[in-house]
Amino acid sequence: MSEVIEQKNIKLVKKLLLVVLAMFGFGYALVPIYDVFCDITGLNGKVELSAANEGQYEIDTGREVTVEFITSLNETTPMKFRAITKKLKIHPGKYYTVDFLAENSTDRPMIAQAIPSISPGAAAEYFHKTECFCFTEQKFAAHESKTMPVRFVVDPELPERYKTITLAYTFFDNTDKTVKN
Amino acid sequence: MSAVVTEHDDHHDHGPEKGLLRWVFTTNHKDIGTLYLVFALAMFFVGGTMALIIRSELFQPGMQFVEPQFFNSMTTMHALVMVFGAVMPAFVGLANWMIPMMIGAPDMALPRMNNMSFWVLVAGVLLLASTLFMEGGAPASGWTLYPPLVLQTGNALPFAIFSVHLLGISSIMGAINIIATIFNMRAPGMTLMKMPLFVWTWLITAFLLIAVMPVFAGGVTMLLTDKFFDTSFFDAAGGGDPVLYQHIFWFFGHPEVYIMILPTFGVASTIIPVFARKPLFGYSSMVIATIGIAFLSFIVWSHHMFTVGMPMAGELYFMYATMMIAIPTGVKIFNWTATMWKGSMTFETPMLFSIAFVVLFTLGGFTGLMMALAPLDFQYHDTYFIVAHFHYTLVPASIFILQAAAYYWLPKWTGHMYNEKLAQLHFWLSAISVNILFFPQHFLGLAGMPRRIPDYAVQFADWNMISSIGAFIYGFSQLIFLYIVIQTIRQGTGEKVTDEVWEDAKKHGLEWHLPSPPPYHTFTTPPKVIPTEHI
Repeated sequence: MSEVIEQKNIKLVKKLLLVVLAMFGFGYALVPIYDVFCDITGLNGKVELSAANEGQYEIDTGREVTVEFITSLNETTPMKFRAITKKLKIHPGKYYTVDFLAENSTDRPMIAQAIPSISPGAAAEYFHKTECFCFTEQKFAAHESKTMPVRFVVDPELPERYKTITLAYTFFDNTDKTVKN
Repeated sequence: MSAVVTEHDDHHDHGPEKGLLRWVFTTNHKDIGTLYLVFALAMFFVGGTMALIIRSELFQPGMQFVEPQFFNSMTTMHALVMVFGAVMPAFVGLANWMIPMMIGAPDMALPRMNNMSFWVLVAGVLLLASTLFMEGGAPASGWTLYPPLVLQTGNALPFAIFSVHLLGISSIMGAINIIATIFNMRAPGMTLMKMPLFVWTWLITAFLLIAVMPVFAGGVTMLLTDKFFDTSFFDAAGGGDPVLYQHIFWFFGHPEVYIMILPTFGVASTIIPVFARKPLFGYSSMVIATIGIAFLSFIVWSHHMFTVGMPMAGELYFMYATMMIAIPTGVKIFNWTATMWKGSMTFETPMLFSIAFVVLFTLGGFTGLMMALAPLDFQYHDTYFIVAHFHYTLVPASIFILQAAAYYWLPKWTGHMYNEKLAQLHFWLSAISVNILFFPQHFLGLAGMPRRIPDYAVQFADWNMISSIGAFIYGFSQLIFLYIVIQTIRQGTGEKVTDEVWEDAKKHGLEWHLPSPPPYHTFTTPPKVIPTEHI
């Protein structure tokens, strides 16, 4: 093979390897891109993980929205977990507090994290929580049972087409794991 | 127009090394092509055996032969072995053999890397196969490896992930080699728009490979760190999102399915004109359509995930974008049909397989259009309908065309003619049984039978039984293919083939100007005149 072609090959291979590296990086870049995209568009029902300020809204007494509360446990999380209030008819703009009951079913202390999710996803940005047990990890002593409140408000700006909002919590057992967020 | 390639003198031409080590250290494109093809054929039978285990279990409702966990491993491994072990390596093998001969180059641009990419592939597939014997069994989450399910895999998980890394590295090296060969090694006068379509489709496929394999490698690396290093890319407990994996996977996965079909289009575009005795209809529109399909493949990935809870705008966008793919694909189907129109067709085995490809791939394309409609997809998602769809676009498309390619070029490679009667028997058994195998799966899917389950409701029993019977006929028919290939390599029918093998093939490609079999080194001096019939 002539020298010239060999030179050309090496140059081309270097360029193509750069493309490969860039695409590997792009795979990782998709992680923040996805988060930002979902944040802007509210696509996947991700809920804010810090407390909202208790702002004032005009209470829309003429309108009723049903809020449902669902609880679940991840695979092997050894807990009991339920919503005391299953369903609530609310007025947008008014603050409500509902209670959840969680119990550690093991003989050892446990650290657990609840992850919220709202459906329909696009309603998530109108749902604000000023208080929630999901903002931090929860510590349970052996067999300890806790009643935990969630205080929330639904923004009156919520588009008319949403009649029902479902708030779901899943508890994950994080005792053996440090959570990075 | 075509002309004779000038004979060049061969006295510093040397043959292959003696002994088995020839195959380990070889940098010759024909040797490496052979290695790839033989390996792919072996994996075709391994993956096929797994498919027959699946179809045996599904022959009747209830649990018959295997444990559910093993059944799920079989569906997963069948897919991984067929995609990464059989179809992709087979096309790389064809590329190795044919691209230098088609563009008048002496060898691939980077022969040592060529050798390495083959052996890395073997290592990757062996690593994958080793997971079958590990505690907890082979991966059983489906070839998509979705978390959180895949994270429950036993000891096999890191091995499967490293295996994906190796397969990715091998494909990327192969792709870089092909791009360098096509860009830098063409004979004088072989302009881009004079290249045979097989070369064109491989060029575009190679770009797809280097664009998406690294993304997949990144995605599985995230799975690895999620499992062992406490990251939370896909772990909801730490603020991650499992749906993110699906986006990363299908950003790779959709171009990946075109990586398996574009070279198929290339081979079909090479074979059909020869047996229709006409130039290919619409050469430049074929090139443009291929580029169009490749581009669209990057912007339609979420049609694999219509049911994850996307908002309306997303569903609509991915629905319309997906349906657009039908346009360039339709152009291709039209061009193949128009090439045959009023041609002096003969029906040797390569042509039979190619015609069956055009018809059956179109069927697979139509079911694809049905599933592109988001509201309908909610019914079809994860049922046997999707299984029928993608098997129609892979088995009677990619596999049929690979076998057409084998029949078409084997006489060139070996200098022996294959047994036409047996080959036609292989074709008819395959073409009929593949429909007995996959067509009933449409009905099963529409009736609601989910995919990836070892047991099913009795209402699905009849069609499953028919499908399994088709599977066994199809599977065992492939032994005829194996026999024909071995027989042709040994001495064939004894009939000496000419250089051009097929009538007037010289007009259609440079490879037919070489002797059959071609000497170990070809085109060490570039050929003078380029055949232009395919343009």
